[in-house]
Amino acid sequence: MQVCVYTLQIVSNNGEKRTMPEELLATYEVRRLGVLDPNGEVDQALMPELPDAEIWRMYQLMVLSRTFDERAVSLQREGRLGTYPPIRGQEAAQVGSAFALAPSDWVFPSFREMGAHLTLGCPIPQLLQYWTGDERAQKVPAHLNIFPFCVAVGSQIPHAVGAALAVRYRRDPVAVVAYFGDGATSKGDFHEAMNLAGVFTLPIVFICQNNQWAISVPLKNQTASGSLAQKALAYGFDGVQVDGNDVFAVYRATKQALEKAKSGGGPTLIECLTYRMADHTTADDAGRYRSNEEVAAWRDRDPILRLERFLAARELWSVEKGDEEKGRATAVIDAAVREMEAMPPPGAAELFDGVQAKLTPRQEEQKRGR
Amino acid sequence: MAQLNMVQAINQALGDEMARDDRVVLLGEDVGRDGGVFRVTEGLLERFGAERVLDTPLAESAIMGAAIGMAAYGLRPVPEIQFMGFTYSAFEQLFAHAARLRSRSRGRYSCPMVVRTPYGGGIKAPELHEESTESIYCQIPGLKVVAPSGPYTAKGLLLAALRDPDPVLFLEPTRLYRLLREEVPEGDYVLELGRARLARAGGAVTVIAWGSMLERVLKSVEGYDADVVDLLTLNPFDIEAILGSVRKTGRVVIVQEAAKTCGLGAEIAATIAEEAILHLRAPILRVTAPDVPVPLGKLIDHYLPSPERIRAALDEVLQY
Repeated sequence: MQVCVYTLQIVSNNGEKRTMPEELLATYEVRRLGVLDPNGEVDQALMPELPDAEIWRMYQLMVLSRTFDERAVSLQREGRLGTYPPIRGQEAAQVGSAFALAPSDWVFPSFREMGAHLTLGCPIPQLLQYWTGDERAQKVPAHLNIFPFCVAVGSQIPHAVGAALAVRYRRDPVAVVAYFGDGATSKGDFHEAMNLAGVFTLPIVFICQNNQWAISVPLKNQTASGSLAQKALAYGFDGVQVDGNDVFAVYRATKQALEKAKSGGGPTLIECLTYRMADHTTADDAGRYRSNEEVAAWRDRDPILRLERFLAARELWSVEKGDEEKGRATAVIDAAVREMEAMPPPGAAELFDGVQAKLTPRQEEQKRGR
Repeated sequence: MAQLNMVQAINQALGDEMARDDRVVLLGEDVGRDGGVFRVTEGLLERFGAERVLDTPLAESAIMGAAIGMAAYGLRPVPEIQFMGFTYSAFEQLFAHAARLRSRSRGRYSCPMVVRTPYGGGIKAPELHEESTESIYCQIPGLKVVAPSGPYTAKGLLLAALRDPDPVLFLEPTRLYRLLREEVPEGDYVLELGRARLARAGGAVTVIAWGSMLERVLKSVEGYDADVVDLLTLNPFDIEAILGSVRKTGRVVIVQEAAKTCGLGAEIAATIAEEAILHLRAPILRVTAPDVPVPLGKLIDHYLPSPERIRAALDEVLQY
């Protein structure tokens, strides 16, 4: 259905007789993948093999992500959470990609992937705790191979490449995933890391959530490229654009890229074309720089609505079932908020926790209050 | 024991540790086939293979960032940044990530890696090849900064750094790479990080120096009754060794290759003022480079602290 292809021709021969004729060096294709359309209809040929229970699990996780996000924003408004970056609109991109991962795979997130964290099983109280400004929450549980949130845009991408180098050296049967946004694709670290991954054919998947806004800068001011996916071509590996509001397309592309990575096929860049439906953070007012009409158009393409339409057509979803699921998610988040708010605040001595394996003599003195 | 220069001593430490610990992996520009632009890693590609000696693309931030990911995964990477002036491209990775990873993950992840880089002036090289900006790196909590002053200390400190659980910036004084030869034990020995070394014993004045300046200081103090403290580790520096010497002599000259303002010498002087001012008989003097960018070769002798300026400072504090 929606495999769109456009072609980049690098140098073309115009057919004239010349002593030094131009040669066609290469032709590249950039593909866009879609499986589930906004009306909830799927292309059966592209639909990944997923039992109904798995699809329902995806739906639950997307609802949980939306509920978490709405609650986090309202907690911030009440002064119970610090500055928070909403994920609204990006649930399919996050749940769909994380759903394809194996527990042994490694994940290097940015700071707007709470939907991926929830999918991977990160404790919800701990996720909330981080956004209260409590860095104890950055201690990812030992069974999850997730790096701490990375706030410096794009700077986590080389870490993922380094982990992939280590994976290759150890011959471990795992892949590495780096998450980042459209803004990160302008950073040097993105390009340096992609280049390194290409040179060493590393087992890594770069997942770009192109939500089309880096705070106030729209995509057209971020890059003159026709897509973000095509940036991979310059580094010698595949890039694919997927409909980021289509959970099946995101899942399919990620699954394929992970299999390719683990079988020695090297890196893939997946551009999930989605939309940041909320402000950049709770400290931002997107009304200053983008129109209500634009936001409204994307509201119609809401990834959760789309999945509900699909499920309804299969008689797996109804308004009542949806409400039931939302009620269940609300109860889970309620309990997590209670648990988070019952945590005792950190003490001054915890400033020094883990700064180094062994504190320096001066740090020891400072810890004692000198 | 063999007489080695610093290039040979560092090469031996790297090779020995790679043989002992398969987690140690080198990466950087030209470190493999070329053996590094100073030949410090010569022969290691042949000995350990391309999976452990990685010739990387020319991208310092990616080298540093990748090393962080490798370290967090469980390896002990040794990224080489070809010259200190090129560490600036990798500064964010070092400051925002390598030094903070243990703290910000509350111990879930750590970053045991040794960043090797040649530093210092006087080698007739182009711009940004003769930098000495160690104090910038000493302001980074979580990062250790080490500067050997000769072949013997280079090997022992590097072996200690390679076994340290946290990131270490290892500054190799370029001018001394082949200038000095010393007895270097063939076997394993470790010089504990955070410990200074009394390079010369005396009673009238304490001279504090490190890395590239130590050799010049030792030549300059001939004929003086000087205690020379070789810092070796710049952060955390050995406060007790400094204070012990200062309490004995009551006079202090700090010799630093870097520009004066906010240099490491300032921190040392402030520490002495806080802890031992009542033992001082004279003002603390600093002999440093001026507060200007590192010049090219024609002006470098006017820039680096000279033996004449070091002796003038000694004469001045000895008047008290």
